Amino acid sequence: MLKDITLGQYYPRDSVIHRLDPRTKLVGTLVFLLSLFLFRSFACCLVATLFLGAVIRASKVPFGFMVRGLRSIMVLLAITMFFNLLLTPGIPVLRIWKLTVTREGILQALFMAIRLIYLIIGSTVMTLTTTPNHLTDGMEKGLAPLNRLHVPVHEVSMMMSIALRFIPILMEETDKIMKAQMARGADFESGGLIKKAKNLVPLLVPLFVSAFRRANDLALAMEARGYRGGQGRTKMKPLIYQKRDYGAYLILAGYLVCICAAGILSPL
Amino acid sequence: MGFIKGRKLVYEYKKYNEEGGIESVNRAVDGVDLDVERGDFIAILGHNGSGKSTLAKHINALLVPSGGTLYVNGKDTAKEENIWDVRQTAGMVFQNPDNQIIGTVVEEDVGFGPENMGVPTEEIWERVEESLKSVGMWKYRKASPNRLSGGQKQRVAIAGVVAMHPKCIVLDEPTAMLDPVGRKEVIRAVRALNMVEDVTVLLITHYMEEVIYADKVLVMDGGKVVMQGTPCEIFSQVEKLKGYRLDVPQVTLLAHELKKSGLPLEDGILTAEELVEALCQLRSNM
Repeated sequence: MLKDITLGQYYPRDSVIHRLDPRTKLVGTLVFLLSLFLFRSFACCLVATLFLGAVIRASKVPFGFMVRGLRSIMVLLAITMFFNLLLTPGIPVLRIWKLTVTREGILQALFMAIRLIYLIIGSTVMTLTTTPNHLTDGMEKGLAPLNRLHVPVHEVSMMMSIALRFIPILMEETDKIMKAQMARGADFESGGLIKKAKNLVPLLVPLFVSAFRRANDLALAMEARGYRGGQGRTKMKPLIYQKRDYGAYLILAGYLVCICAAGILSPL
Repeated sequence: MGFIKGRKLVYEYKKYNEEGGIESVNRAVDGVDLDVERGDFIAILGHNGSGKSTLAKHINALLVPSGGTLYVNGKDTAKEENIWDVRQTAGMVFQNPDNQIIGTVVEEDVGFGPENMGVPTEEIWERVEESLKSVGMWKYRKASPNRLSGGQKQRVAIAGVVAMHPKCIVLDEPTAMLDPVGRKEVIRAVRALNMVEDVTVLLITHYMEEVIYADKVLVMDGGKVVMQGTPCEIFSQVEKLKGYRLDVPQVTLLAHELKKSGLPLEDGILTAEELVEALCQLRSNM
């Protein structure tokens, strides 16, 4: 069971969106998120909804998976809406005891909710359609110009992909240590928060020791295979923009024009 | 000049105290002479702490000798500028298959070595295909390493080394963490590489059954090479091996015991077939 866990929640499907270059998807998501916050009017919302709907449709991922991510922000969403509803000054619509709900407040809360929901769904689309590895590759290539500023882009992305590879291994190890300690009478379940945290010590110490040992072994193995950082390295799967990526950028530009036009034409 | 040539190799693990002074010195390798020719299959035997793994790490230039010299393919491993050449010439496979696989997909892991060497993309793919096929893991190329069995993981690790086109592979107890089936798979893959591709193999192990195919066996104890010769020569000295806390293959042990109790068998019987043949011959002579 533990072996099946992958970070992010890649949903394997063969679709245009899946096949896009990760850089395209990263830029696309970023632009979409920015556009959500730059504009606020019903027309803009409509444009964003249409765009998001089209992308979800094209990705062939069931809509249920997109919405799953929303559960975790439900509380945040409720709080945001509550405060927006009550604390925005304007024309009063409803008055309950000392609280006033204004017309502006309703609008504000509505927009805020839509924004947050679209924000989550937008980034979920990216993580559902891109493998974590692809994503790191995309970041490495996309951020390569930062190399000139001495940002170790290759090293960071190498660390990320190694971390991804070792998550299931360390999970398995945690499970093993936990069982070993439980067999010796360790108790991970009962007690209050502080007691529980204290009980984790016999789990964490061996886990860290073993993680360091693994890291040491891995470093040795990497060195033995001639790893010496990013310089002079070639790529087995280099990222090259395809026709569909240029197409995607065109569509993205089209979306930007539309949402700008909508924003200018109908300010509210 | 031999392919690998070591003279009076010494390696010391130093333990430092808090002031940075040397507290104790542990000689893991002590005056070893090593001669290996191209295409040889060498097995190094020894119980835990005999210095065999330390010796192995020298061939890949992961460790540099504290004393003596080591030349791999004519290059001095102690020289900084030779390190990457040496590492490309002599690949290394480690004990724990989990801790040496870097990629999240099998094919990406095999491509890791060639990527580091700066091999062009198309050639990387060719090498990945050829080396995965040579260890019989081609159909798992898209699999995640976490889903493979120990023997399969170890074969992927071997493929990862093979893809770098080394002239020599050093395997540091590659089967220690595997079940019998996985052990067989790995040894078969290693033998195939040695015989078909003529790769020099240095196999470090403490399983006697894996040693019988070697051209030459070295036995190490306390950092020194204490015995060397063909498997036949080594295993005919059962008592001496026991003194170094090593077991002989079961069949050899059986033959040895039979001989001790009076049967006129030859020394150094290694496989069941050999023993059967020898026994049959004895019977027809009677």
